[in-house]
Amino acid sequence: MIRPMSLLDSTHPITPSPREITTEPRFSDKVFRGVVTAGGLSSLIILGLIAIFLGYQGFEILAKEGISFITTSEWSVEVDSFGAITKTSFGLAAMLVGTILCALIAVFIAVPISVAAAIFLSFYAPASLKRFLVSIIDLMAAFPSILFGFWGLFVLMPSAEYWAKLINKYLGFIPIFEVEPRIFTRSPFVAGVVLAIMIIPIITSVSREIFSQTPLDRIQAAYALGATRWNVIRTVAIPYSRGGIVGGMMLGLGRAMGETVAVYTVLNIVYQINWQVLFGAGGNVASLILLKFGEAQPYEIKALMAAGLVLFLLTLFVNFVADQIVAKSGGKGR
Amino acid sequence: MSQTLQNVKPGKPWQPSAKQRVTDFTILFAAVLTSYLIVEFTAMKGKLAYFFLFFLALAIFNLIRGTITRDFMNGSDQFFSVIMLLGMTLVVIPTADILYTVFERGRKGLHAGLLTNDMAMATPSDPITSGGLLHAIIGTFLLVSVALILSVPIGILTALYLTEIKGRFTRPIRFLVQAMSGVPSIVAGLFILSSIVYTITKSYSGFVGSLALTILMIPTIARTAEEVLNLIPNDLREAGVALGGTQWRTVAMVVIPAARSGLITALILGVARIVGETAPILLLTGGGDAVNFNPTSGAMGSLPFYIWKSFLLGTEESITRGWAGLLVLLVLVLILFIMARVLGSRRTK
Repeated sequence: MIRPMSLLDSTHPITPSPREITTEPRFSDKVFRGVVTAGGLSSLIILGLIAIFLGYQGFEILAKEGISFITTSEWSVEVDSFGAITKTSFGLAAMLVGTILCALIAVFIAVPISVAAAIFLSFYAPASLKRFLVSIIDLMAAFPSILFGFWGLFVLMPSAEYWAKLINKYLGFIPIFEVEPRIFTRSPFVAGVVLAIMIIPIITSVSREIFSQTPLDRIQAAYALGATRWNVIRTVAIPYSRGGIVGGMMLGLGRAMGETVAVYTVLNIVYQINWQVLFGAGGNVASLILLKFGEAQPYEIKALMAAGLVLFLLTLFVNFVADQIVAKSGGKGR
Repeated sequence: MSQTLQNVKPGKPWQPSAKQRVTDFTILFAAVLTSYLIVEFTAMKGKLAYFFLFFLALAIFNLIRGTITRDFMNGSDQFFSVIMLLGMTLVVIPTADILYTVFERGRKGLHAGLLTNDMAMATPSDPITSGGLLHAIIGTFLLVSVALILSVPIGILTALYLTEIKGRFTRPIRFLVQAMSGVPSIVAGLFILSSIVYTITKSYSGFVGSLALTILMIPTIARTAEEVLNLIPNDLREAGVALGGTQWRTVAMVVIPAARSGLITALILGVARIVGETAPILLLTGGGDAVNFNPTSGAMGSLPFYIWKSFLLGTEESITRGWAGLLVLLVLVLILFIMARVLGSRRTK
C-alpha cells in the first residue's frame, strides 16, 4: 500500500475532512458572481441614466417644440431689456444636416484610404515594416481630438482650401460643389477632411483585423489556381471582409458624428441648412452645444440638453447598426 | 569531388534578380522624371500634383512592365500594389506632419519655468518666459487619478463578467460597452452637468470633470481587459478549480496575477484615451489659472483647457503657449503609448 511519506511518519495522520460535493456555489462565489454581474451591468445603468437625465432636463423643450425641434433650423433666444426671455425658438435641422454631412464626407474620404492601407499592411508589407506602421496607426488613434482640431485649423486649412478650389474649378457644375459667395475656409469639406484623418486609424485597424481572419486555405487555394496577389485580394479577401469593413465604417461614422472640439475649431457655425460642402458655413450638434453653452441661460441649457439627447440617440443608433452588421458578417464569404 | 561541391552556390529564386532591381530603379526614376516634367510644362502645379502624378506614373509604368514581362493579369497586380502603397502613404503623411508641426511650433514655447510656474500672474500678451503650465499639469494629474480610481473597478469587473461568468447578459453587455465607447464626449459632459452639477454640487469642480472622464474611460479599459483575460489559457482556470479553489479564489489568485501586465496596459490605454479629452472638461471644470490641489472645490485647470484657452485668446504669445501645451500633451500621450507597447510586447512573449 503506497502512502505519502508525511502521513506514514506521523503517529496521528491528519486527514482533511472530505469536502461536501455539491453543484451549489459557495457563499464567497455567490458574492463574487453578484459583484461581478453588478459591475458588468454598470454600462447598462450608465447608458440608461444618460438617456433619463438628458430626457428629463430636455423634456420641457421637446414638448414645447415638438417635431419642429428637428425640422426647423432657427436657434434664437430673444430677451427684453430686463433680461427676461420673450421669445425662443430652437431647431436642430441645420445642425443635424451638418453633422451627417461632415461625417459622410469624412467616411467618403477615409474609407478608400483606410481599406487600401489595411490591404497594404495585410498582404504587401514585410513583417518589420508592418510592425512599425501598425504602431504608427495605433499612435494616431491615441492622438487627442484637440490636437487634430488645431492642427487642422493652422496647418491643414490652407492646403484644404486649395483642394476645395480645385474641386470647385473642375467639378463645380455638380450642385453640391457650387460655392456662392466664394468663401472656401472653414467649410464642411475642411471639417470632413479633419474628421477623415481622425477616423482613418479606426477603420484601418478594424479592416486589418478582418483581413487577418481571412481563412488561409481559401487564400492558398486561390494561389494554387494561379491567381495573382491582386486576384486573391479581389476575389477572396474583400468578399470575405466586406461586412466587417462596413461595420468599421459605421464605427468611424459614429465617432465623426459625435466629435466636438475638432469640428468647433475648424467649422464656421451657421444656423442654416447648407448642402454646399465647399462653402464656409455649416454646423454640428456637438459643436453647437459647446458654442452655446458659455452664454446660455438656464432655459437655453435645457434646449442644449435636448440637443444632447438627440445626438446621443443618433450615435447609439449608428453603433447599433454597426454592431449588427459586424455580428452578421462574421465568417461569411462568397 | 569535394572541390566541385564547394563550388556549388545555392540559388535564391525568391530574391529579386539584378535585372529586376535595375528595372525597379529605372521605373522609380522614370516616375519621378515624368511627374517633374508634367508639373513643369503643364497647368498642374504644386506639391499635390507632384505627389499624385508620381504615384500615377509609378502605377502605370508598373502596369506596362508587368504586362510586357508576363500578361495583363500580372500587370494589374503590379498596378494595384502601387495603389495600396499610395493608401498607406496617405495614412502616414498626416501623422508625420502632426508630429513635426507640434514639435516644431511647440519648441518655441518651451522655457525653464514652463513646468514650475502657473498662469495666475501672467496675462495673455506677456512674453513667453512668464507663466507656465504647472497648474494644468497638476490639474490633469488629479483629474486622471480620480477618473482612474473610479473607472478601474468598473472596467475590470465588466471584463471579468464577459470572460469569467459568461452569463446570459454577455452579448448585450458587449454591445453596451461598444455603444458606450461611442458616446460623444460632450454628451458625457452634459449628462454629468444635468445629473450631478445642477442637482447636487451646484458648482464646477475637478471632481465632476473626473466623473465625465470616467464614463469615457470605462469602455476602453473594459474592452482591453477583456482581450487580455481572453488570452489567459483555460488550463490555468481549470488547474485553480481542480486544486480546490472557489471561482473567486481562482480569479483573484490565478487569473488576475497572470494577466497583470496586460491589465496595466489596459489602464494605460484608458489614461491615454482621456488625458487630452477636451469637451467635457470645458463644460465641467471651470478651468482656473492657479494651482489647485483640491478636486472637490474650485476651478481646476488642466492641459486641454489651457491649450483651448491659449488658442482662443489669440495673441501671438498665447498661441505659442498653446503649441507648447500641445507639445507637452503629445509627449505625455507618447510616453503612455510607449509604456503600453513595452508592457504589451512583454505579455505576448
